[in-house]
Amino acid sequence: MELLELRDVCKTYHLGEMDLQVLKGVTLSVAAGELVALMGASGSGKSTLMNILGCLDRPSSGEYWLDGQEISGASANERARLRNRLIGFVFQSFNLLARTSALDNVCMPLTYGTEYIHEHEMREHGTEMLRKVGLAERMHHQPSQLSGGQQQRVAIARSLINRPRLLLADEPTGNLDSRTSEEILRMFRDLNEKEGLTIVLVTHDPEVAQHANRTIRIRDGLIAHGVETRAEDAHK
Amino acid sequence: MRALRRNVMRAALTTLGIVIGVAAVIAMMEIGNGSALAIQHTIATMGAYNLMIFPGNALLAGISTGTGGSMMLTPGDAEAILTDCQSVTAAAPVVWARAQAVYNNLNWQPGNLLGTTPSFLDVRDWSDMAQGNAFTDRDVRNCSKVCVIGKTIVRMLFQDEPPVGKEIRLMNVNFKVVGVLKAKGANMMGSDQDDIILAPWTTIKYRVSAVSSTATTSTTTSTASILPSQVYPAAQASPYPVPSASQQSDTPQPVRFANVNQIVVSARSAGEVQSAIEEITALLRERHHVQPGMPEDFTIRDMTEMVRTMSSTTELMTTLLLIVAAISLVVGGVGIMNIMLVSVTERTREIGLRMAVGAQSADILHQFLMEAIVLCLIGGAVGIGLGRATSVLVRLIKHWPTVVSLGAIVVAVAVSALVGVLFGFYPAWKASRLDPIDALRYE
Repeated sequence: MELLELRDVCKTYHLGEMDLQVLKGVTLSVAAGELVALMGASGSGKSTLMNILGCLDRPSSGEYWLDGQEISGASANERARLRNRLIGFVFQSFNLLARTSALDNVCMPLTYGTEYIHEHEMREHGTEMLRKVGLAERMHHQPSQLSGGQQQRVAIARSLINRPRLLLADEPTGNLDSRTSEEILRMFRDLNEKEGLTIVLVTHDPEVAQHANRTIRIRDGLIAHGVETRAEDAHK
Repeated sequence: MRALRRNVMRAALTTLGIVIGVAAVIAMMEIGNGSALAIQHTIATMGAYNLMIFPGNALLAGISTGTGGSMMLTPGDAEAILTDCQSVTAAAPVVWARAQAVYNNLNWQPGNLLGTTPSFLDVRDWSDMAQGNAFTDRDVRNCSKVCVIGKTIVRMLFQDEPPVGKEIRLMNVNFKVVGVLKAKGANMMGSDQDDIILAPWTTIKYRVSAVSSTATTSTTTSTASILPSQVYPAAQASPYPVPSASQQSDTPQPVRFANVNQIVVSARSAGEVQSAIEEITALLRERHHVQPGMPEDFTIRDMTEMVRTMSSTTELMTTLLLIVAAISLVVGGVGIMNIMLVSVTERTREIGLRMAVGAQSADILHQFLMEAIVLCLIGGAVGIGLGRATSVLVRLIKHWPTVVSLGAIVVAVAVSALVGVLFGFYPAWKASRLDPIDALRYE
């Protein structure tokens, strides 16, 4: 079953008089349980595509089916609800709240959920997530007291707390050294294999893309064909 | 709420505006109200709340005797006014007399020789004595020969001597000086208010006035067994022959007219002067059995001019305070808005993140608005404390009068919450309009 499906998606930015077409008819689909890498050089439309996939932005034309719903016309509030329920985000710069404990950071998305959750239940749930990423004993530490890898693990715990269908990771290892990168990527693989979580890794690093079972390349606002392998990576 | 705790310094600075605003309002209100009260008190000392009741005009065979002609006003009226009229704080009967005051080889004609009760000092706000004490109600009952004198009398009769305990002579009656009044200076019309001798009205009426008008009236009551006129020769010779004992028993003299020349009354406040007049009128009409529709046998005068001065002063003070308070609160509010705007900019990434994980713009609006309101309320609370402390400090150090103003506290809290909403709304709205993509990428 396809978890997400894009059909002929275009995105045009209006910069004053000039129209800038960033996505020129992207069609792609990702099945539930896949670990996909989305690659592309800067300026290729990679970020725009990721924003559309993450429901942060909406396409100018085309269809976007997420979990069986067509959401290209959803309003800002509807998209906020979708993000909260279906999508987890992991960012390059972690984006943790400063001077806030790891536990509170992890629990933060729960406060924007549709149903009311008791404070106590929230904390329990958050602790469980931190345990999953191996930081249970650090849950009262603030981000400044954690290493980069630990911070990213907190961010992953945060992205998982609402049990999303899709995890969108935007250059998750961009700010980490190679050894911690390896750890984080292994965590993604585990989540994908053991829990069947669908993950889209946005990256420009072929090393990272190697961990995915499939690589989607984007070039000049279009999907570059020749999907599956690593042989073509050399010229990037 | 956690966001506030995360950045205590910024929150404190933000709140500072409101703290100062509210503190200024409270301190200004308390000190200002105290000053207004002090000014009112000063004007009251000048007699602005005073009412004077004179006996009315009596028509004798079509000829008016002018104000003071009838003899209807009694000390009983003064007591009844004090007990029955709600708007009255003090009332005293006054008997006028005129006599030369003599001490040793010095003499002086006092401008005012008044027989009254100790309440007179309350009416005129004169209770604090410079030396000695006032005479008492007991002195009034006993017709005691005691008096209280003004500064001018002291200067004229005693010069450098301490007057308390000495005796002065009025119409050949010796009065012991029991107290000296504080200097009051001239009144609004320019006459010297310190040129005054106060004595129990009974003493003045029956021992001084009685001597001059009905010099030989011998049938007095138990209080005065020997009239001074029997001890000393009368000041002026009687033009009539002295009646014999049988003549006297044939024509018994009416004894002890208890009429007074004037009753002075003090109203509770400037606003209650009018109601005091109405109450006194109703009471005295009843006591004097004045039929409905008939003219009153007394007249009441008030100090309209002074009352007007006072109410305009009070109004001016209130307006001044309100303006100062409003300005402080607006300044505080703008301070809050400024820092909230800075805070929105500074926290753009946080807002982006919150939106990415599912916060709707209403959630962001709510969050920032709540922060602003909480800051304002905390600021309000701290401000109240600071304001109270300031006014207490001013009272302790400068000895200025202050008045705790509950109204100011309520208004300050209400306004600080309102300022929070008003000035917090724009930054909060701005935060909620942010695009999550731009916000996340914001450096």
